[in-house]
Order: sequence, then C-alpha cells, then structure tokens
Amino acid sequence: MYNEILLDKNSHSLYRGRLSDFTKEIKLKNASCGDEISVYLKIEDNKIIDGSFNGIGCAISQASTDIMLGAIIGKSIKEAEEICKTFLDTFINEPKNLCKLGEAAALEGVSHMPARTKCATLPWQIFKS
Amino acid sequence: MSGSKIMNSKELAKIRSCFPQLSGELAYLDNAATTFKPCCVIDEMNEFYRKNNANARRGLYELSVKASLDYEKAREKVASFIGADKHEIIFTRGATESLNLIAMGLNYEGGDIYVGNAEHHSNLLPWRNLARNYSSEIKNIEISDNQYVPPIISDNAKIVAISGYSNVIGELSGIEKIITDAHKYGAIVILDATQMIVHKNIDVHDLDVDFLVFSGHKIYGPMGIGVLYGKYEYLEKLKPVFFGGEMVDEVSEDNYELSEIPYRFEAGTMNIAGAIGLSSALDFLEQNNLEKLHGHELALADHARNAISNIPEFHLLPSKGSIVSFTHDFIHPHDIAQYLGDNGIAVRAGYHCAQPLHIKLSKKPSTRISFSFYNSMEEVDLLLQKLRQISLAFGGF
Repeated sequence: MYNEILLDKNSHSLYRGRLSDFTKEIKLKNASCGDEISVYLKIEDNKIIDGSFNGIGCAISQASTDIMLGAIIGKSIKEAEEICKTFLDTFINEPKNLCKLGEAAALEGVSHMPARTKCATLPWQIFKS
Repeated sequence: MSGSKIMNSKELAKIRSCFPQLSGELAYLDNAATTFKPCCVIDEMNEFYRKNNANARRGLYELSVKASLDYEKAREKVASFIGADKHEIIFTRGATESLNLIAMGLNYEGGDIYVGNAEHHSNLLPWRNLARNYSSEIKNIEISDNQYVPPIISDNAKIVAISGYSNVIGELSGIEKIITDAHKYGAIVILDATQMIVHKNIDVHDLDVDFLVFSGHKIYGPMGIGVLYGKYEYLEKLKPVFFGGEMVDEVSEDNYELSEIPYRFEAGTMNIAGAIGLSSALDFLEQNNLEKLHGHELALADHARNAISNIPEFHLLPSKGSIVSFTHDFIHPHDIAQYLGDNGIAVRAGYHCAQPLHIKLSKKPSTRISFSFYNSMEEVDLLLQKLRQISLAFGGF
C-alpha cells in the first residue's frame, strides 16, 4: 500500500509550508485520526495561482494533500472543484479508474482499505467546507 | 498480582493450542480491542445453536427449560467469578450498554459527577450526557503516573465513575481510596472493569463498588454479551430503561407490575448463547493458573516497554501492566499500525476511544500494543524488529 510515490510525497512534499501571500486558508480535520491540515491557496481572478499546506496527519493524508495541490494549482476554481469531485467519485465508486487521474493513481492501493479512506479523501474535500 | 514471569514453551504451547485463531502467522497484539476465543467457548455456543436452541424463561417444554437453566447457570458463574450474588448480575450487550443503563436508570436529579481522567468514552459520555441534561458539573479525577490523585470530594457529590485499568495506559492504582472517599459523601461508585477483569482478580465486596460492568468479548468470551453488576439495594432503586417481554409480572389495561430483579432489566429475548459462551470463557480461565497467566502477559509487556524506551524516535506514554502505548517523532500511528499490519502484526492506532486522556498526555494519537497470556516472546521480538526498521521505511534516519 505504501508505494514509493506516496512515501516520497509524504517526506518530500513540494507544497509543504505556509504561503506568505495566500488569499484563502481552508482547515481540514479528521478528528478520529487526529489529522489536521491547513491548505493555503493564492487565488486571483478565480484562478488558483499557487498553493501549499501545513499540518499533521498520516503519510496517506499528507501525500494525498500534495497530490491534490499538484492537480489544482494553475486551474480555475471551477476546474479545480471538478477535479476534486472526479477524484472523490472515482476513489469511492471506481477506484480501478484512478490510474487515469495522473499522480492520484498512487492512491489506488489505499482504496481497498476502508479504515484509510478518510485519510485519502480528506484533502479533496476542500471545496466542500 | 503475581510477579512477571514468562511461561515455559511447553506451557505456552498448551495454552495456545486452545485458541484456533492462533494457528496462523499473525502476531495478534490488539487484545485490549478484543480477545481470541478458546475452543470451549466456540464449542459451547455451537452446541447451543445445534442442539439446545430455545428461548429461556418462556417455554414449558424440556428444551426451553434447559435453555433457562443454562442461562441461569451462566449468571451464577459470572456472579461467583466476581464474588457477587446471582441476583445482582444483569446480562447486557456489553460494557457500553451497561454504563448507559446505569446512567439512564439512576434516580439522579443533579449534583456533581466525578469521572476518572483516563476513562474510555463509554464511561465518560453517558455521564456527560446526564450532566448536560441536568446542567450539572463533571469533575475530573486526575491521574499521575498511573496513580489516581484523590480529589477533594464535595458534599454535592452524587456519582463517581472510574476504572481500575485504562485501555491506553494499563493498570491504575488507588481506586480503593477513591471508593472510600466517595462513599463518605454518599456518592454512588461505578467501576468500569472491562480491562481490569482481564488482568486482575476482582471481588466486588472487597472493592465495595456499587456498580461494576464489563464486556464478554474482551475476556475471551463472545461479542454481544456484557455484564452489569449492582449491589442489590441499588438495583432496587434503578429504573429499567428497556420495556417489553418478560420484564413484567402482570400487565393490566392501564398498569404493569415489574418482574423481580434481575429480570426486570432484561427485556426481550436475551443473548442466551452469548451468556453460555461467557460462562465457558470464565470456566476456561479458572481452570488455568490465573496468576501464572497474568505474570506471563506482564513479563511480555515489561520487555516491550523496556525495549521501546531504548529506541530514540519512540516515546512511551506512562503505562503499567499489560498495555503499552507510544508515539513516534514523525510517523503517524496509523502508518505505524498499517506498516506492522502489512508485516503480520496486529496493533491499534488512534485515540482508542480515550481522546481526553491523549490530549492530556501526548496531544496526539498513539499506537497501542496490548498483550494476552497467549502471546509469545517471539511475537514481541518480531514487533521490536519491525519498530526498529520503521523510521527508515518512512524516510527517516
């Protein structure tokens, strides 16, 4: 389940830290696990120019946040919302098709572990909060 | 409790052979979550459903009479195991149901409720809920190094809910003084013995608790059966929460007459097979040398505690007895538990339904290993080997 991509993204995330010029902060929490993630987005003209995250959590939630940010930075809010929705739908209903979603394919192994679903899906819910 | 001493390999092999689930490769170190069941428990329940299935206390035919007798024998067994009278034993679904039945059935109309700081949510939330309904105060009983710090109990104290063994940090000392102090002020004492009864002998009269609860599945019995013990005079005052069949003697057009104790608290068809299975589990324990079994699991835990304390990235929560919990510098407990699981070792990760305790001790969730007498030193060594490798596996040093 812990493939190299996930382990690498957990320990060497591209997006870890707090953007100095963020325009929106979204706090995500998974109380039962103790995961707490803050996502910082820099949004201009409805476009996500940059993003980062801080927080504590398991390797799955941290790697998944990194992958999510990689997927939405540079996209319009509407496109980003669609990307997150597609990931959640695919992860929950058709995990075999995760391979079509770029780096998110690394989370396919997690989709078979019911206890870890919350860890993988937490960051992709940023537009729900 | 006896001193800690590992059983010899012949004794251990004999014990392990009683548990069919131990024939596989898994090192099962999550015994505080639930224990494996010995053959005798499985066989007795199988026998009930194959040959003896009938409803108790209802039919006038031989099969039903036997079910009734076996169910009552199970009650007697539980009573004798904790030094109670059989009329003081009520079967429930488990400790959680028992605690909720007490909280909802007491004639509580306000006053201070004292709750131990290491309680499982099941011995915290029923009291919080009760306190909320009456706008009363929950007062914490602090614990320092696995020792209760006796609180200054107020004249207004009504309920004291504690446990003698935490599901996160193990054995807790000092319950005797808390009980004595509580009684001085007329408060009712409820002891959650779910973990304690697995590792220590209990006598309700020696402890002088007013209510005591535990779950069957954590003491080698089946799931879905639990026990509520209450001193008879307190059961007389307790209001039934569930109403229905066989808990009343007479139902007229506009009234009803409750059955005698304990039946008034057992509405509907009870888990007869579960009670029989629990009784068989207690028989199994009594047929073995309990001191030796307890000493073995303690020796395993002490060895693990000592070894983990020597791995720099790991930090033990203060613990005593057969439960050991720890955190890691940078690896989340879910990752530790998953990594161990992938390597054939079952442990628990998270808050273990004791979030307030974690907030106090570590501010973050932990990984827990919990031993049974059927665990072996080889299993502990496998665990330690994997713990030593885990930092590297997760990109550390």
